[in-house]
Amino acid sequence: MQNFPSLNTNINTDTNLQSELSTLNLGPTHPATHGVFQNVLQMDGERIVSGVSTIGYIHRAFEKIAEHRPFYQITPLTDRLNYCSAPINNMGWHMTVEKLLKIQTPKRVDYLRVIIMELSRIADHIICNGVLGVDTGAFTGFLYMMEYREAIYEIYEEVCGSRLTTNVGRIGGFERNFNEIAFAKIKKFLVDFPKVLAEFESLFNRNRIFIDRTKGVAPVTAETALDYSWSGPILRATGVDYDVRAMNPYCSYEDFDFEVPVGTTGDVYDRFLVRNEEMKQSMRMIQQALDKIEKEDPTIFHADVPEFYLPPKEEVYNNMEALIYHFKIVMGEIETPVGEVYHAVEGTNGELGFYLVNDGGRSPYRLHFRRPSFINYSMYADMSRGMLLSDAIINMSSLNVIAGELDA
Amino acid sequence: MAELNNEILLESLTGKFGELVKPVVEDYGMLTVETNRDTIIDLLRYIKTDAALQFIYLTDITAIQYPEQENPIGVIYHVHSLVHNVRIRIKVFLPAGDERIPSATELWNGANWMERETYDFFGVNFEGHPNLVRILNVDDMTVFPMRKEYPLEDPNRVDKKDFYFGR
Repeated sequence: MQNFPSLNTNINTDTNLQSELSTLNLGPTHPATHGVFQNVLQMDGERIVSGVSTIGYIHRAFEKIAEHRPFYQITPLTDRLNYCSAPINNMGWHMTVEKLLKIQTPKRVDYLRVIIMELSRIADHIICNGVLGVDTGAFTGFLYMMEYREAIYEIYEEVCGSRLTTNVGRIGGFERNFNEIAFAKIKKFLVDFPKVLAEFESLFNRNRIFIDRTKGVAPVTAETALDYSWSGPILRATGVDYDVRAMNPYCSYEDFDFEVPVGTTGDVYDRFLVRNEEMKQSMRMIQQALDKIEKEDPTIFHADVPEFYLPPKEEVYNNMEALIYHFKIVMGEIETPVGEVYHAVEGTNGELGFYLVNDGGRSPYRLHFRRPSFINYSMYADMSRGMLLSDAIINMSSLNVIAGELDA
Repeated sequence: MAELNNEILLESLTGKFGELVKPVVEDYGMLTVETNRDTIIDLLRYIKTDAALQFIYLTDITAIQYPEQENPIGVIYHVHSLVHNVRIRIKVFLPAGDERIPSATELWNGANWMERETYDFFGVNFEGHPNLVRILNVDDMTVFPMRKEYPLEDPNRVDKKDFYFGR
């Protein structure tokens, strides 16, 4: 178990100067904190002596609201958890419901989901690594990469019509089939993005300033990371190859050939490298998914479960049956089984778990989100002790804390 | 090493704790057991440190409330054996007005914020927790908002409409 410096160890006492601690409020709305949360730091000069994290500034009572809503009306809530990679949250939720309802989705749906989820993982890592560059003073990388998040948003737009909080999934599949333009854009992305990523890596990976600012900063041992229940890229940077996609495959991830990149020291530089590698693995998976889809029936984009699958809008407007189903599903009139289910997906920050207790009523009896950002961030105040303020900022951006996921 | 499954796991738990561990259900593949608050830390320590089980990863701590039950508040632990890739769900139900349970922070530091969140929403008092204060809600809140006696405001109420306030 790693020992963080205890309180009062780093206070400068060896000079004649009167040493005095100052209090620094980092946040709640500070440009260097990536969201609305506060850290009250006791500073000895530039060094942090102790810190207290305060979160909850955007707490929106998701779990309480979810107890009063039918399944489909909960989806907009899940989209807003991690807004940098909304489709993963969205589909994680739909997969949880499918697990509860024992719905088996067709393979093509799974592959399409993998494409969208991996794209959103790339989009999130683009932000995280790009902003890590900005926080170390390098704006160029961010600027180069940002265009490709835009490209991913255009793919979402082609698939479901919206860009940020997509609401792209349905129970059983998708609202509409992927069109030709969407596939063309995905293929173009797969061609273009690796070049940019290579350029991005060459900008940073051997950059003296970047290495000095990140290497050896906030190293975390595997033991400590597991003790704090860390998950996702920051856990893998410490050398633990725990990835929900590989360990508990969902959504046909077992059909894919991919590696789980791990680091060694668990410092900021390793987290950066792990995220870069994950983007490459994601692209590999998207390519495989495209190849697999070729062999499937191109008309299938949802499971055949009319009692749960929300009918497409054009059906609802022109078909009485569809209108009735639509009404019954949205108002929660469908019968659902009694049971409790825990389903975990690999969110961009780690294990995103949905704990759903259903009593057969209109809405879940209890719904709990295991939010990786919330759990990952709990170590921040402890690990900041003894650190320089500038290092603590870099550390925070490498944790990729998303305020929506932190507070829920 | 023999492959760990729910059957062996349950056997191991009942062998060690006997009547104190009751299997509830094996729903959707995850073993769920119920125990009491005097046993929970021993149980968690046992499954964490036992060489054949190695549930080293605390996934989640949360709570649930069934107001009509004798023991209404249930604390729910999800623990994951990363070595064997088996998950287990452990429930402890607590009597109303006496929601005390020992803190798991001595086993996992990660339990710290999870328990604070559970305290914040359900008022479960985790004894031995280093800093059991509210985490997501405001400090001067007096209720535990996820309990069923605090229902969500009726979305159809009209007395908060803007025109009553001259807006």
